[in-house]
Amino acid sequence: MNAKELCEKSRASMSEFKTWVALDVSNLSPGQQLAVKYFSVAVILFFAQLLFGMIAATQFIFPNFLYGWLDFSVNRMVHINAMVVWMLYGFIGCTYWLLEEESGTEIVGLKLGELAFWVLTGAVTLVVLVYLLIQTGAGKDSTLWFINEGREYIEAPRWADIGIVIVMLIFFYNVVATFSKGKWSGIAGVLTLDLVALAGMYTAGMFYMTNITHEQFWWWWVIHLWVEATWEVLVGVIMAWSLMKLLGVKRQIVTTWLYIEVALMFGSGILGLGHHYFWIGTPEYWLAIGGFFSALEPIPLVAMVVHAMYDAGSHSFKNSNHPAVAWIIAQAFGNFFGAGVWGFMHTLPQINLYTHGTQWSASHGHLAFFGAYATINIAFFYLAIQHWRGGVWMSGGTANAWRWKWALGLLNAGVLGMTIALLIAGYEQSFIERATEGSSWGGYFAAQNHPSFQSAMVWRWFFGLMTFSGLILLIWDLLTIGKDETRKVQEIIQH
Amino acid sequence: MNETPVWASESFWKKTAIWVTAGAFLILVVLTFDSLSQTSAGGKRVPAYSVINKKIDYVYDAKLHKFMPVIGEQELLFGKEFSETEAEQLVMLGKKTTQAKNCMNCHTLLGNGAYYAPDLTKAWLDQGWINKEAREKMMIEFLMHPEKNARTFGSNRKMPNLGITEDEAKGVVAFLKWMSSIDTNGFPHNFKTINAEE
Ligand code: HEM
Ligand code: HEM
Ligand SMILES: [Fe+2]
Repeated sequence: MNAKELCEKSRASMSEFKTWVALDVSNLSPGQQLAVKYFSVAVILFFAQLLFGMIAATQFIFPNFLYGWLDFSVNRMVHINAMVVWMLYGFIGCTYWLLEEESGTEIVGLKLGELAFWVLTGAVTLVVLVYLLIQTGAGKDSTLWFINEGREYIEAPRWADIGIVIVMLIFFYNVVATFSKGKWSGIAGVLTLDLVALAGMYTAGMFYMTNITHEQFWWWWVIHLWVEATWEVLVGVIMAWSLMKLLGVKRQIVTTWLYIEVALMFGSGILGLGHHYFWIGTPEYWLAIGGFFSALEPIPLVAMVVHAMYDAGSHSFKNSNHPAVAWIIAQAFGNFFGAGVWGFMHTLPQINLYTHGTQWSASHGHLAFFGAYATINIAFFYLAIQHWRGGVWMSGGTANAWRWKWALGLLNAGVLGMTIALLIAGYEQSFIERATEGSSWGGYFAAQNHPSFQSAMVWRWFFGLMTFSGLILLIWDLLTIGKDETRKVQEIIQH
Repeated sequence: MNETPVWASESFWKKTAIWVTAGAFLILVVLTFDSLSQTSAGGKRVPAYSVINKKIDYVYDAKLHKFMPVIGEQELLFGKEFSETEAEQLVMLGKKTTQAKNCMNCHTLLGNGAYYAPDLTKAWLDQGWINKEAREKMMIEFLMHPEKNARTFGSNRKMPNLGITEDEAKGVVAFLKWMSSIDTNGFPHNFKTINAEE
């Protein structure tokens, strides 16, 4: 088959697909149209994340699987990078989605925003292809500029870093100029300042340093101050807006809650950064500061649960998008357990000395990222698809409601199962590798070969498969939900 | 209706949010300056790169209740004494190599990274290198041809060949030696070094 035929064929199947999904963009405002572009790429990257997670998990059980072709390091890098990027895509999408409604005007510089989307997506594609096909380079600057930077979560090569910053600047311009032209609100203010901080943090991770203590110091500025400060607040904003729109909670109430959350989250999370400065060479005072402030971090997460549940309860859960509300509830609890409880469990230095860098961290990482950030994005995908379908009723009682219910169940149970399996592995590692054997090479493998570790890896694999099937079902559901629904959503009244 | 009390009002929490955030951030900035200056290479916590010319050990300090790096007499690497600039060049090559080869997505360094392979914080001091005479050569050979020199302890998990050249391997060894001298507040705990056997 030649290129032209291939081109025509893919065009044909694309239009077939479009007829099948039968989504009508004219139901969306211009800003929302850009938002759903971001959401679509997010879902594709979510799929890639889990696919490569499965390969990496398989390699824990069969180390020769794809050895020398797609090594664990490559798969893991794609797994976590795809995650970070899809979540950021989701957040950007959410912002474009609510921008017009919140500001009361059309988006300023939308054309530029569209362009930025295509540039970013092209860059992401290129970065991933290079990860997969070139993988590593020589120990020189050119590798760090063009192949990868070899720094967990922010491996993207330097050229892409710069591209990302430019795209972020355009995104800001859209946000700030639009609010300035329309109107500012409490939500708008928090959102804008938080986005400034979020992007500012990223630049802390763009430099090469030989001194590994300094390098990891700044690296954590990005990772920690993202997930335990700026992302958490961004979710607070999205949550506040969603509760208003989905349940009709009063603006003044969500705004006040939002300020409380900001105070508690930044008040604990900024200095909580210290829980990553226990063992990287940084001074001893971090043991006290990091331990103390990070131990307070669960408090805002409790506040968020109370807020979400109270508002949902006081409005008797009355709403016309049941899947979205279900995922918002999942977010409140997932955030609390994954970040709050699982994070707290290993955040005191006396415990972290033994759990640091074991599957413990992976257990917490999975539940926290999924619980806090995957869930809220999925909730928003449901909100978006509802409008895209023309504002149809989406409830637990409709024809194919089993799909979203099962997707919800499989994804949550799968991640929870993986979390428990990794927790068992982490305990075993802490005892054998860390406490008894003192983290030597031999001690590491003694722990890896232990039957409880090995069976934990098998359990993780099966729960991973459950998660993956949940995602496939979720994608199918997102493409089909509300297709044959004719009932319209009811007007939500704020009270 | 009753008036909203101050502690429940929007403006009170708005101001609180701003002050708390600004305060926390300010403290972080101050501590950042202090930490960076205390950990620049050549200080007490993070030794100068020329520490690769010295013997490094890691022993329990009963007074401090934790393991501490101990820097000893001269113990040359590759039989050569490096000047500070040369040492920095070599460690830099090693550090760049660890990034270019993506070590961190299998191993942990200072406990951060992935959990598919052993922690590298004190790799230079590991008893896995049999004895100090064999160590340098074994490390170079391992890094250049990990698939042939794998000691998987029955796990079957082998490091892949990453195309590390001899120069890069030397750089990595120097980097690992330097990293093992950093004062990490006693992490990892209970680690027995290659020196302990002598
Ligand atoms: C949604 C918020 C959070 C997310 C997404 C998250 C995610 C993660 C991830 C992925 C890691 C592993 C980093 C690595 O690869 O080395 C990590 C480490 C850690 N997290 Fe969180 N976290 C969150 C909140 C929290 C909270 C609230 C606490 C404390 C109460 C906490 C405590 C810790 C600690 C102590 C570590 C270090 C583990 C180690 O020593 O290896 N985290 N977090
Ligand atoms: C199909 C399901 C999944 C499988 C099989 C899977 C597998 C894996 C594997 C094998 C690793 C490497 C751990 C190591 O270095 O030893 C990993 C790391 C990680 N995964 Fe997943 N994963 C899955 C789903 C997820 C989901 C849904 C999330 C979050 C939304 C997630 C977030 C992470 C994070 C943050 C890390 C890094 C953890 C750390 O360094 O502490 N994964 N995953
Ligand atoms: Fe953290």
